[in-house]
Amino acid sequence: MAIEVPSKVQSKESSEYQDFDMTRFLWVQTRRHLRLLVASPGEIVNPLLFFLLVVILFPLGLGPDPDQLAVLAPGILWVVALLANLMICMRLFVDDFDDGSLEQLAMAPIPLAVAVVPQLVAAWLASGMILSLVSPIFGLMLGFPLAAAPTLIASLLMGTLLMLLIGGVGAALTVGVQRGGILLALLILPLYVPILIAGSRALEEAVNQGDPTVALALLGAGVTGGLVLAPVAIAAGLRVSLEL
Amino acid sequence: MWRIIHQFGSPPWVYRFCDRVIPWLLPLTVLALLVGSVWGLLYAPTDYKQGDSYRIIYIHVPTAVVSLAGYYVMACAGLVSLVWRIKLAETAMRAAAPIGAAFTAIALITGAIWGKPTWGAWWVWDARVTSMLILFFLYVGVIALFQAYENKAVAARACAILSLVGTVNIPIIYKSVDWWYSLHQPASIKFTGESAIDASMLYPLFGMIVTFYALFALLMMLNLRQMLTEEHVRSSWLVKRLAD
Repeated sequence: MAIEVPSKVQSKESSEYQDFDMTRFLWVQTRRHLRLLVASPGEIVNPLLFFLLVVILFPLGLGPDPDQLAVLAPGILWVVALLANLMICMRLFVDDFDDGSLEQLAMAPIPLAVAVVPQLVAAWLASGMILSLVSPIFGLMLGFPLAAAPTLIASLLMGTLLMLLIGGVGAALTVGVQRGGILLALLILPLYVPILIAGSRALEEAVNQGDPTVALALLGAGVTGGLVLAPVAIAAGLRVSLEL
Repeated sequence: MWRIIHQFGSPPWVYRFCDRVIPWLLPLTVLALLVGSVWGLLYAPTDYKQGDSYRIIYIHVPTAVVSLAGYYVMACAGLVSLVWRIKLAETAMRAAAPIGAAFTAIALITGAIWGKPTWGAWWVWDARVTSMLILFFLYVGVIALFQAYENKAVAARACAILSLVGTVNIPIIYKSVDWWYSLHQPASIKFTGESAIDASMLYPLFGMIVTFYALFALLMMLNLRQMLTEEHVRSSWLVKRLAD
């Protein structure tokens, strides 16, 4: 798959890099990744189906008692969202690594840390965001109160973005490794634990008519820090994987 | 000043340094371990509340302290190897990982043994216990990532990035007992202000902590020397040194 870059870059004169329009580059990249995702709907739908299937497993395994499920629902929803996110991270850089787009990206006249952001944004829009928005439906299946749905959506919106950022570091480090899937899980699941604790704490507070803002603020702080630091680590990881 | 720092980047110098220090450090550490154990297990007074079961503190606390410090050793070595591309720092990072994992495992196991009589359960999902478990997985992740790569030069860089990303969790582990309500007691030893532990119990504990630092250093040097032998088996300096 050829990488779409503004025409100015394709003329290799170094002086022309001065006119390099970074905003346009990022925009084109975001559109390209979104188009790729839409072109293969499986990438968007499969994590959702996975989420649904795992949610179904819990009532079957734990018994269909609605009261018991309602108690467990916050934890179940978060654990399942975490697993779905892990699945997304496993695919994150694989295609671009295989067809050489990543190498092109690494040679673009902007820092790789900035150049990977569109891909992360596109991946989150197509996975984490959709998953967060439809999560109340899955919550209803587990007896999760509808009144707490705004907290569920807000915590998942931030949580999935933060998990994608952290998972992106793991994905960048393991993209060159044969059968890196299990390894990726081993690397990033420990780092997900604080997010899981904050996220399910927010839901529990919301369900029990408490105040979820502290836990949500923690997630927000994590996202802010992650947006700054994770792209740098992802870029470093990709350079390692590309052996540049 | 600079010469000393430069010397630590030179494998022959470090190899010779290890060769010189180990014959001293090994008997000293063993002696200190014996003295500290006898002092702590036989001569320190019995706790009025926990009885004799508290004596495991003389293993549990030192290993836990050193396992956290060991992570910093690994991450700092990783940082040095990434920034200045010093090969020896990569080797040091790899040498620290299994030792740190072993210390963390011992801290977890002794904690479980201590938890049974005092908390009434082998395992409690408490902030500090959970975060130590995460620390263990961070160490294991670094080891697993190194083994997954075919190209070991690349693997070391990937591990360095991973260990740096993992450092985010270390302050969380360190402060977890202060931040969250937890079954685990807060830190009893304070360098400023009054310690919550009597001097007659504190001195052997303090001695054991220092001893375990020495033990870590000793194991680190043994491991480092072994790895240097493997890496430089064809280097003339090593061949000459081994022939002597």
